[in-house]
Amino acid sequence: MLCVGLVALVAASLASIMVGASGISPGTVWDAFAQFDPSNTEHLVVVEKRLPRTLIGLAVGAALGLAGAAAQGLTRNPIADPGILGVNFGASLFVVLGIAVAGVTSLSGYVWFAFAGAAVATVLVYSVSSIGREGATPVKLALVGSAVSAAFGSIITAVMLTSTQVLNSVRFWQVGAIAGRGYDVFWQMLPGFVAGAILALLLGRQLNGLALGDDVARGLGQRVHLTRILGAVAIVLLCGSATAAAGPIAFVGLAVPHLARAIVGSDYRRVLLLSVIIGPVMLLFCDVIGRIVAMPGELEVGIVTAFIGAPFFIALVRRRKLPSL
Amino acid sequence: MVVGLGMLVVALGALSLLLGKASLTPAEVVGALVGQGDRMTGFVIGELRLPRLLTAVVVGGCLGMAGALFQATLRNPLASPDIIGVTASASVVGVLGIVSFGLSGYGLALTVVLGSLLAAAVMYLLAWRDGLSVYRLVLVGIGIAAICAGIVSFVLSRSDIRDAQLGLVWVTGSLNNSSWDALIPVGVSAAVIMALVAVLRRALSVLELGDDTAAGLGVPIERTRLAVIVCAVALTAVAVSISGPVAFVALASGQIARRMLGRGGAGIVLSGFVGAVVLLASDLVAQFAWPSLTFPTGVVTGLVGAPFLIWLLVRGRTRSEG
Repeated sequence: MLCVGLVALVAASLASIMVGASGISPGTVWDAFAQFDPSNTEHLVVVEKRLPRTLIGLAVGAALGLAGAAAQGLTRNPIADPGILGVNFGASLFVVLGIAVAGVTSLSGYVWFAFAGAAVATVLVYSVSSIGREGATPVKLALVGSAVSAAFGSIITAVMLTSTQVLNSVRFWQVGAIAGRGYDVFWQMLPGFVAGAILALLLGRQLNGLALGDDVARGLGQRVHLTRILGAVAIVLLCGSATAAAGPIAFVGLAVPHLARAIVGSDYRRVLLLSVIIGPVMLLFCDVIGRIVAMPGELEVGIVTAFIGAPFFIALVRRRKLPSL
Repeated sequence: MVVGLGMLVVALGALSLLLGKASLTPAEVVGALVGQGDRMTGFVIGELRLPRLLTAVVVGGCLGMAGALFQATLRNPLASPDIIGVTASASVVGVLGIVSFGLSGYGLALTVVLGSLLAAAVMYLLAWRDGLSVYRLVLVGIGIAAICAGIVSFVLSRSDIRDAQLGLVWVTGSLNNSSWDALIPVGVSAAVIMALVAVLRRALSVLELGDDTAAGLGVPIERTRLAVIVCAVALTAVAVSISGPVAFVALASGQIARRMLGRGGAGIVLSGFVGAVVLLASDLVAQFAWPSLTFPTGVVTGLVGAPFLIWLLVRGRTRSEG
């Protein structure tokens, strides 16, 4: 299974480098890496445009897949997406404020705002959920997350409605895309992604425990609170870096763990591992399709994942005997 | 508790009749209500503020009840028309209607109702496979919601910026277009659906005990669940047709009602009252919080509903997980 996944991953990456407004042959791609010629436009397209885009797609897809699996495990709710802790709306809010107040205009400028917003939102959601006798139970986390998201959403819409210029910038960022980003965005998101990915992959056993319920997990000698905090940290790092690089693409994070679960069952150690592979495959293939269907223009990957990923997801949900959480 | 919320609705309603550009004294308002004021006051109260107030109550009530119904039947605290695709499909129909076909008024409202009912039917058919699994229905709903969100952001990012702004206002949800003409059909249909919900209430409370218990007590599970879902979808569709897909009211009201009741019981009527309070309060904030600006109501529902829900959540009594 892992082998099939890896082959699909390589195929998706190659397709993402070769397909586009100008199709580039495998030979030329090879040359572009082996003997780069700065005066050759095709080489430039490969190295300066397609490669960073593909790298970002790989990282964003893996980040969203992992974050989604962690979010569903943490909240014990199959409809949780990585944005459940307020990450997406926090990031969006700070980007909107960055555009409206600080006058930021570049995509790489958005990154830090998105990161900061994701962190602020999650800290807020987590600390508010921890108030009270039982601490941060899954239901409280999910509901406080939705409440904070709704409140942030209110502010975002208010700002967007009062300024045409902000609406104009934000409506493109909010769609979610990996086009037009350079290496700078990739390097900006990389540390957060790597740290989050390692943390999430290490949490498989703990998430399995949580799935049995808090009491059982405690009985098995796990430190439930610690798991939740580490899980939340992983989600912020992963979803925060993905959102910072590509804008809010929540659906990938929701669907990928379900796909993984349909293949390997509900053991979180395997679900997490497989999500790392399925996420980028889904994201890159959707991105490539977005380049093909709207030639010579493009359809943003955020829209394609919804149009193609969602029907696929529905078909999966219909067909399989679903392993639940 | 219902009485308390009812009084809150009345108080907020009185406030919304009093406040506004034309400042009126309580005596003038009462005079206009009983038909004794001058023509200007009569118009402001009778044609502008009263329909708006009643629209807020009806829409809020419908959404609140729909939220509680969804959360009870689907057994998921996050289930609400917002998340499982009902309001999302309404958004698509509305945005396409406004941006691509230039619809407004009755045409738009009717299209929205039909569109969301159609989407719900598709959702049900897709989720049906040797009987209805609630788990599957919720996931299919999320898939539909994702497709709809994709279409909305596609249309909004491709259209002219002015159309995009109009579309955004509609997607946000607003009570600015309230009028008797729009309110009466909505109010009548809402009343009919609520009567149906009242009939279903007992069966629903048995269903909450779990499928096996309900079957043991002789409740037809599939049929009850279908009927409840149809009612919830219809309530949402009717409400959204007049105001646009106001976010968060349904989700928050269901949870707030559940937590006010303590343990057990979905509190459907209570949730309807909570919805009305949240929407009325939001409309007041949206109109009057900033002196120079009026926002569409949907902008503030998150800001008004969220703190209250969070307060109830952290206060503790979270015994019922549903």
